[in-house]
Amino acid sequence: MKFIDEYADPELVKKLVHLIQKDLEDISRPVNLMEVCGTHTMSIGRSGIRSIVPDKLKLLSGPGCPVCVTPSGYISASIELAERKEVLITTFGDMVRVPNSSGDTLGRFPKEKVRIVYSPLEAITIAMENPDKEVVFLGVGFETTAPVIAQTIKVAVENKLSNFTCLSANKIIPPALKALADNPLSKIDGFILPGHVSIILGKDSYADLGIRGVVSGFEPLDILTGIHMLIRQIRKGVVEVENAYSRAVTDKGNELMQKVMDEVFEIVDTPWRGLGVIPATGLGIRKKYSDYDAEKKFKVKYPEENEPAGCRCGEILQGICIPTDCPLFGNKCLPDNPIGPCMVSSEGACSAYYKYERN
Amino acid sequence: MCLAIPVKIVVINENKRAIGEIGGVERELDITFVPDVKVGEYVFLHAGFAIQVLNENEARESMKLWNEILSAE
Ligand code: SF4
Repeated sequence: MKFIDEYADPELVKKLVHLIQKDLEDISRPVNLMEVCGTHTMSIGRSGIRSIVPDKLKLLSGPGCPVCVTPSGYISASIELAERKEVLITTFGDMVRVPNSSGDTLGRFPKEKVRIVYSPLEAITIAMENPDKEVVFLGVGFETTAPVIAQTIKVAVENKLSNFTCLSANKIIPPALKALADNPLSKIDGFILPGHVSIILGKDSYADLGIRGVVSGFEPLDILTGIHMLIRQIRKGVVEVENAYSRAVTDKGNELMQKVMDEVFEIVDTPWRGLGVIPATGLGIRKKYSDYDAEKKFKVKYPEENEPAGCRCGEILQGICIPTDCPLFGNKCLPDNPIGPCMVSSEGACSAYYKYERN
Repeated sequence: MCLAIPVKIVVINENKRAIGEIGGVERELDITFVPDVKVGEYVFLHAGFAIQVLNENEARESMKLWNEILSAE
């Protein structure tokens, strides 16, 4: 086993779709399921799952792309930081393409000024190699990434680095799920829960939310199994959280990662791009680590900015409409020229639709 | 962005560092979060860190389940 290729067996895919279809026949209304992870969004697009499941089943893309939900004001604040002579920005790649609401991006800076890293640990190396510069890491991620960023801050502390800080826009998923489930406009029957966020959190972390969900992996068979289990719950009238990704996800999650995250970050209210402030979903850097908090060090202010006129990302991320409902989709707004955040990252709902599902 | 890929651990070094192999390519990674991992096991790699050891028994169980679905009518 290599734990990758064996999860796309076409015969099994057909069989699972057939089982889903059979169960759906017993349900007299359309069913809306939402995936809340950008990697699921991409995987569903790439594997063509939407086109092989019955029409009665709608697969909606939720706010699970951390880049897409990072507020425009944060982008503007990062651009302002990048403009300071002494600052080097370090960031995951997708962030340099996201426009703020006036269309400005971090991508307009030279590569030496805004450096793309694969791991936040590289930002530490960059800080060590550039003692005369202030290295700022753009902390954008959910529970999968936030502990890794927290650990990086601890490494900076251990190395007594005085020129490394993080601008945190990290977020947590469970309360956002609850907000979506409670939103009467969204009409979501169940969630395909994020596999890798759940590696850290564990299945039990969703228990108190009262939502219907199945934790799923990312290969076609994983996703179809998740959908199958959700449909079965709906048919039986059950509301519970199940785990279809047990090769990765345990009940309790990775407690070391939870601990590091909790040590460095505290829960704050935070705005989600397109959705507004969702209480208790943000991760701010604790006072104890304030020397490593770019917000404090550079007295960062986040301007309040409105979304570009016509962009429907906010509604898309709540499952109220789909990308093709946006009048700008595919004409004014394109992956090469994104207007709204959902078109920017390859994991954004609009971008995945454009790439895989335009008819 | 929350992508994590299964990588086979081939060497464990000092300071919680290890070498993993994926598709014939070797890669350095941090194993702070999976301190008990052993050479030969698979881990999920995300942003330079191993975030979980892959549970091979569970992987085999789901394969078994899928094979049952496949052979049932
Ligand atoms: S197509 Fe572009 S403008 Fe329309 S909702 Fe998507 S990102 Fe926003």
